[in-house]
Amino acid sequence: MNNIVKNITSAIAFILIQCLILNNINFLNSVNPLLYIYLIIYFPIINNRTVFILFSFLYGLSIDVFTDSAAVHAAACVSLAYFRPIFLKLIFGMTYIHQVVKFKNIDLKQNLFYISSLTLFHHLVLFFIEVFDSSKLILVFEKAIFTSIFTILLIVLLNLFLKNK
Amino acid sequence: MQQIIYFFLRNKNFLLFLSLFLLSIFINFRSNSYTSSKIINSSSTVVGYLYDNITNIKNYFNLIEKNKKLIEENKFLRLGIINTNPDTISNSINYNITTGNVIKNSYNLTKNYITLDIGRNQGAEIDFGVISSNGVIGIVDKISNNYSRVISILNTNINLNAKLKTSNHFGTLSWNGKSPLYVQLKDLPKQAFLKIGDTITTGGNSLIFPKGILIGSIKSYKLDNSQNYLELEVELFSDMSNINHVYIIENQKINEIRSLDE
Repeated sequence: MNNIVKNITSAIAFILIQCLILNNINFLNSVNPLLYIYLIIYFPIINNRTVFILFSFLYGLSIDVFTDSAAVHAAACVSLAYFRPIFLKLIFGMTYIHQVVKFKNIDLKQNLFYISSLTLFHHLVLFFIEVFDSSKLILVFEKAIFTSIFTILLIVLLNLFLKNK
Repeated sequence: MQQIIYFFLRNKNFLLFLSLFLLSIFINFRSNSYTSSKIINSSSTVVGYLYDNITNIKNYFNLIEKNKKLIEENKFLRLGIINTNPDTISNSINYNITTGNVIKNSYNLTKNYITLDIGRNQGAEIDFGVISSNGVIGIVDKISNNYSRVISILNTNINLNAKLKTSNHFGTLSWNGKSPLYVQLKDLPKQAFLKIGDTITTGGNSLIFPKGILIGSIKSYKLDNSQNYLELEVELFSDMSNINHVYIIENQKINEIRSLDE
């Protein structure tokens, strides 16, 4: 119960930070970090998968309502939530299968790799659906990579900040 | 029967993922044509209210700049009053103008939308044109009682009729999704005489905008693939990252003109 309340409050906090602050950065006219996926990336590993997928969908959809992006974020978040176990298996291997991965004490290199792969995956899905034009694939990759760099940087910073606290 | 139920239970996560994913794609595709779901847009009351308050706070910080812009605009309007003759005034009475403020603006996506703080109660309707003091901004595409959503000119779905200021050759204005400073004018006949720096305005073929509203200036041009039409790169006059006061234009004769086409 406590966990549910905590997740919902942080979801609201992330949505507000994303939509009211981060979406106004517009670095180089078009690059905005998408920090909100932090919550999906670091969602507790031991969870009910159905609930997790549903939660991600609603979470993405609320971002869509703010940015007028017509369920683009929802689609990307659902894919991220559904495919996350595959990434966990790939990166943490046996420790994940034995269910002993704790996000609090994984080493920096593994963590960075984990963040980067998930972020890049999410952004590629997101921009691919948003643009949806095979003649503009370069634009998709350009946007995904630039935004990913920013997002990864912010997630790492937030990690450091939360650790010191 | 049991087999089927077991199958669903075993794959319930995959099926859930698939259905939600397809639902999102479906919503996304529907939004690409004008009609789309009513819930997922920022002209809804809760989100509109939130953006409204945030904008109120933001407004305090750029009052000076805004005043400057208003003075500039007053100057422009005064010039207009002096220079107009009675004939053009009676022509332009077809159009009614309301003012509004931008409460949410984006220009970094490929499908950008702007939210305004006026809605049905203030006299706005769908398909009204939106301009700023510098030029065209977009077209109202969704409306609630107090807020409205505008398809920005920086949206890959928008198509506007535009022409050269000096002649009546016209083409279609759209955006390729790359730079928020430039839009593209396509299908302009190649016999049109033009040079870099010429002004592009709205064409009279559109029912939404009156003829001659400024859009931008020509930055470069080339022949398109068919070798018969020109493709222009147009630098926008209005800085889409910095818009605040906008004017909403209503064509009062729109229904009359549309009834002719039926």
